[in-house]
Amino acid sequence: MSDLVAELLAGKHRALARVITKIENHEPGYRELVSQLHEHTGTADVIGITGSPGSGKSTLVDKLAATYREQGLTVGVIAIDPSSPFTGGAVLGDRIRMGSNIGDMDVFFRSMSARGTLGGLSTATTDAVKALDAFGKDKILIETVGAGQNEIDIVKTAESVLVLVPPGSGDDVQMLKAGILEIGDIFVVNKADLEGSDRTVQELREMLGYREGRVPSTVGHHGTSDVDATIEGSDADDGWEPEIVETVAERGEGVDELLDVLADHQAYLDSSGRREQQRRQRYAEEIRTLIREDANKLLVEELEAQGGLDNFVQQVVDREIDPYTVSDSIVEPIADCLRERRDESE
Amino acid sequence: MGVDQEQAGRTIRCLVAKVGLDGHDRGAHVISRAFRDAGFEVIYSGLHRAPEEIVQATVQEDVDVLGISILSGAHDTLIPEIIDGLEEYDAFEDTLILVGGIIPDEDEDELLELGVSKVFGPGASMDEMIQFVRENAPERE
Repeated sequence: MSDLVAELLAGKHRALARVITKIENHEPGYRELVSQLHEHTGTADVIGITGSPGSGKSTLVDKLAATYREQGLTVGVIAIDPSSPFTGGAVLGDRIRMGSNIGDMDVFFRSMSARGTLGGLSTATTDAVKALDAFGKDKILIETVGAGQNEIDIVKTAESVLVLVPPGSGDDVQMLKAGILEIGDIFVVNKADLEGSDRTVQELREMLGYREGRVPSTVGHHGTSDVDATIEGSDADDGWEPEIVETVAERGEGVDELLDVLADHQAYLDSSGRREQQRRQRYAEEIRTLIREDANKLLVEELEAQGGLDNFVQQVVDREIDPYTVSDSIVEPIADCLRERRDESE
Repeated sequence: MGVDQEQAGRTIRCLVAKVGLDGHDRGAHVISRAFRDAGFEVIYSGLHRAPEEIVQATVQEDVDVLGISILSGAHDTLIPEIIDGLEEYDAFEDTLILVGGIIPDEDEDELLELGVSKVFGPGASMDEMIQFVRENAPERE
């Protein structure tokens, strides 16, 4: 085991910070670090917080972290902000809102730049979560880039997803759109003291009612009818009904209630076997991604060895060869090699 | 084929910090923006931070550069506190510490002796600062 990993497991903050840096920079040796961490992970609850810019994600994260600390739990936070597509630079400003956890080293707060990735997270986020998990954090909060409609990568990493919806986020047609509103386990109408909050709650409720093809009882030509108008859709996901919670994060209002609902969701994940299922899906996805990246590197290496891409492009332009043949000539030898080995071992 | 869309490799990370009861952050904003445009990742602390918060942020964010902006004249008490804190968490050795603001010459010598790498006074140019950061950001193992 590397010294750095040993120090991290021993609870040294600086080592945790440095491991995350190495992961972010994909420094030589970072893969070994992450592999060594793996066996120490699996104990933290991972909670994602997403929503539009200015919806109050950072402020809510601060209050959640402080409340968990009151309960004696340790907290890790990863907050992601966008990077400039032009210079790669970034201003990471989520830390400014962490006013409730001043000087408390048991809240480990790390700002990350998206480093060009779309989808609301950075490629390093999943591995950084592992580092926090191995360090022994009880709760890990991930705050995404201010999300619009389609930044939904958070579902691949977090077990519970909170979607913040500020009052006045548009009409009921916005609520019909695909994307971010499909991923919330809990919807938080933050800044609930603002005008339009009741209406937003109402519209969200209606939107959730439509799930799985049901007609919610709140919708009717002549007001609510006595007849149960619910049409049952598929029973595929019978478990969790997304909840709506109103908060005023800045004043801490509704935070306790939110935590209760969050605890319910975590309990549901365990009792339904959903957590186990999520983990399997997550690891499957991770393995697929790694294999894809590694195979890609290998193929690039082979491509270079055979004279490089430009060389092949020229031949294709000159009609000497076609793209399919190029691909075959790179991949076939590798495939042959592997098949041979498989045959030998049989 | 195989061109990685995301950036790989090292990015210089900076914490731009305002400590103490000094409410002037125009300079800190200008510097944050200039650093961003230079391709750095900038974490801005916000106003009125205590030394322990700066220490916490420097350690957790693992920044290469800590830039402290201070215009209140309290540098001779606040900066030693920050440096002590960094030492406590093993973060002093490999962090480049810069101070910006109005610092009398005799105090500047003291700060440099404490471990501040450079003091930038009024009139320092952005290019000069960015250049200094690029050349002096600590090598790390």
